Amino acid sequence: MSSLRIAGREFRSRLIMGTGKFASGEIMAAALAASGCEMVTVALRRVDLSKKGDRFANILSYIDLSRYVLLPNTSGARTAEEACRLARLGREATQSSWLKLEIHPDPRYLLPDAVETLKAAEILVKEGFTVLPYIHADPVLAKRLEDVGCATVMPLGSPIGSARGIETKASIEIIIEQATVPVVVDAGLGAPSDAAEAMEMGADAVLVNTAVATAADPVRMAAAFRAAVDAGRSAYEIGLVPKRREAQATSPLTGFLNDG
Amino acid sequence: MSYQVDTNNLPICLAENATVAEVETALSRGRRTLEDFAALVSPVAASPVYLEWMAQESQRLTLKHFGRVIRLFAPLYLSNECVNVCRYCGFSRDNPIQRVTLNVEQVLAEARHLQREGFRHLLLVAGEHPRLVSAKYLEECVQRLHSDWSSISLEVGPLETAEYEPIVRAGAEGLVIYQETYDREVYRSLHPKGPKKDYDWRLDTPERAYAAGFKRLGVGVLLGLAPWRADVVRLADHIRYLLRTCWKAQITVSIPRLRPAAGGFEALVPVTDRDLVQLVCALRLVFPEVGIVLSTRERSALRDGLVRVGITMMSAGSRTEPGGYTGQGIRRIGSEGEHAAEQFEIADGRSSFEVATALAAMGYEPVWKDWDAVLNE
Repeated sequence: MSSLRIAGREFRSRLIMGTGKFASGEIMAAALAASGCEMVTVALRRVDLSKKGDRFANILSYIDLSRYVLLPNTSGARTAEEACRLARLGREATQSSWLKLEIHPDPRYLLPDAVETLKAAEILVKEGFTVLPYIHADPVLAKRLEDVGCATVMPLGSPIGSARGIETKASIEIIIEQATVPVVVDAGLGAPSDAAEAMEMGADAVLVNTAVATAADPVRMAAAFRAAVDAGRSAYEIGLVPKRREAQATSPLTGFLNDG
Repeated sequence: MSYQVDTNNLPICLAENATVAEVETALSRGRRTLEDFAALVSPVAASPVYLEWMAQESQRLTLKHFGRVIRLFAPLYLSNECVNVCRYCGFSRDNPIQRVTLNVEQVLAEARHLQREGFRHLLLVAGEHPRLVSAKYLEECVQRLHSDWSSISLEVGPLETAEYEPIVRAGAEGLVIYQETYDREVYRSLHPKGPKKDYDWRLDTPERAYAAGFKRLGVGVLLGLAPWRADVVRLADHIRYLLRTCWKAQITVSIPRLRPAAGGFEALVPVTDRDLVQLVCALRLVFPEVGIVLSTRERSALRDGLVRVGITMMSAGSRTEPGGYTGQGIRRIGSEGEHAAEQFEIADGRSSFEVATALAAMGYEPVWKDWDAVLNE
């Protein structure tokens, strides 16, 4: 299976994990390990940005930074300005200039604000961030974000945490077809089969959180997603056989014509 | 346009008289309506079979939207001065309790105590007193606290949008304002004197706060004042309205039950534990993304049970009198020490550490920091 390159960095795993909603830091750490992921996203609002070593905001202490690329995210920001401020403080506190840019002004469905996201991406790329923006599955916006220098685009399959799977399939297919940067399907993947579907479609990676964190056994579910991502990617690289309306016999009657 | 309670068009009868068929329709629907909410709080839906089903569905939705985490916060009482007469409240103007308003330095000392306990989300609470608890005073408190707190919310007397704006700029994130009861007649009889008499002024407060830039709006009723089923249908309608109009705000809801307090007011309408569980479930089933807040008014066993059902935010180790954490205010005063200067009696007396430990034991992560001051600048 080929490796994934984002901003010049190579990843063997095509599964990116989120760190919210887990019952404890220990369970989260075990799930991350079982997922085989090499990049994890953490909400900066849960991180100690004061650099005072706050033991009551210690989510990072459960993440082995020698093992994972840290992808801080701006969840909670409702405008470009808020996202930029949070990103800058986050970079100082975490020493990571990678950033999952999330701007969702609507706290109910957490749908991304295209206008503010583009504005913030432009500023943050110029400031040296490696920007991975969370967006609606909007092919034009995806190209605009590429143009301003984003390292990937991260279209949503369905709203964050909804477990509704890939409801935006037709648009994601266009994004994948046109992209010159990796496409990461983010949000809404509720089952390993959803992740496999994204990979079979040709997505470069997927990001999963709720489906693992809130599963009855997050560690085993993380392993299940890992297997699904690998299976989907392999199938994509091999090439799926086309779907046909009629049945096709496995021993065609005309096979003898090719003999000798 | 501001919110109006349109009692004639609300499904209030349904909340009292829903049929089995109406409850089952409400249970089976995907995105539920206000009519479904009314059916889910009805007596029929309180039967053991339906209630257990609702609790399981409520738990599933809560885990899906919020995860296995509980956001913790602490109330900090700034003042028990109040110009209102509210027949049920310990701070009511006509109660013979000793009054205290903390100065800003005392507020900071109380806040430092709460910081050491682990809290990073703060709720500033005060009686309504335009002179002693002025907008300027609140602004100064927020300004001085802002850099040390991830999130600061207020639960104070209603203000004008223009008065809220500097408080938001100083770093406040949330505003909590309970209508107490949406029943206009009951409201009138319970609030005979003071600016709180004005039902509509209070009802408009969340929208004024939103216009001023608050990002988190808390609403609620005080259970025990009016027939609860009808009251919560009006509450649900208000939530539904706020979700549409104040669309960038995180809406939270609180459903405190009346507790013993100075003045000795008895609940007019009893609300049982079972009623409370039913209400939490109904709120969750109809508003899956709305935060549900639970205070230390309820005893620990019930609080722990409600965490599993659908609560998302909790206070812990609370004191409800100004200066109560550090002894700077007054703890027990009044004639023969019978009257307390607190707003109401605490029922869950566990420390914040004990609550956090209990949450972890139940498989929930107590989250102390889930916001950042930088988002409120």
